[in-house]
Amino acid sequence: MRVAVVVFPGTNCEHDVVHAINALGGAAELVWHRERDLSDFDGVVLPGGFAHGDYLRTGAIARFSPVMTEVRRMAGDGLPVLGICNGFQVLCESALLPGALIANRDLGFICRFVDMEVTDTGTVLTRAAELGQRIRIPLNSYEGNWVDPLGTGRIALRYLDDPNGSQGGAAAVANQGGNVVGVMPHPERGVDELLGSTDGQVLFEGFLRSLVPA
Amino acid sequence: MKVTVEITRRPEIADPQGTTIQRALSDLGHNDVMAVRVDRIIHLEIAGDDVEAVRHSVEEMCRQLLANPVLEDFTVEVIE
Repeated sequence: MRVAVVVFPGTNCEHDVVHAINALGGAAELVWHRERDLSDFDGVVLPGGFAHGDYLRTGAIARFSPVMTEVRRMAGDGLPVLGICNGFQVLCESALLPGALIANRDLGFICRFVDMEVTDTGTVLTRAAELGQRIRIPLNSYEGNWVDPLGTGRIALRYLDDPNGSQGGAAAVANQGGNVVGVMPHPERGVDELLGSTDGQVLFEGFLRSLVPA
Repeated sequence: MKVTVEITRRPEIADPQGTTIQRALSDLGHNDVMAVRVDRIIHLEIAGDDVEAVRHSVEEMCRQLLANPVLEDFTVEVIE
């Protein structure tokens, strides 16, 4: 069961994601954004960072990277697709997730632990968790304020303290099928006691459990 | 041809930057400022001399990349 971890120019959380997945028994590999064939992979993660410098809008240029054709195919096939932080922004720009991400309500770059609760266990990120379970992992973003004018997103994780103005308190959002998820805080930074939290583990366990052979 | 594209955030979408600027202006004593919105202007130079063809081409660019249809509207002005 192989997981592709996509590296765009400007991505900077890819090694943390690979480490987190492999530490939980998965098999994650880095894939450059110009890759055109992900048929050997059973799931894909778009990690955090500043893909293509976040020029124009966050995720706007990354959307047209060659690998995104494959990400779109995998999403359509029902395979697990996870975007973390900047990856969440790329999935929204690609219209694989509803809505868009704008600057935080108070215009501050937020870098701290946040507390959330699981509000939907029917997604590839939250299926190993329990409804109402508390999750505490770091948030690290400037544009984490999700807006969804059509109201079609499934909120999988909700902030308990509304750090950034995100609609419905959304910290993680899924498509209607639940196989494409974007999460603004960083589960890969919460997989070891040394990091101050292990709450990210249950999220990756859900993702790994969602993998089926390609 | 020179083309100016104005990308504007839809009125129903919050503009935290505009709100913050309005608050700062108010702190400076400008209490008459009712609203502030911060938008984006993009200048392009396009090869060709058919105004309508250039306009259609730039409108397509807006739909593909320059504007986010979830958040923004755009207007295209062909200058010369």
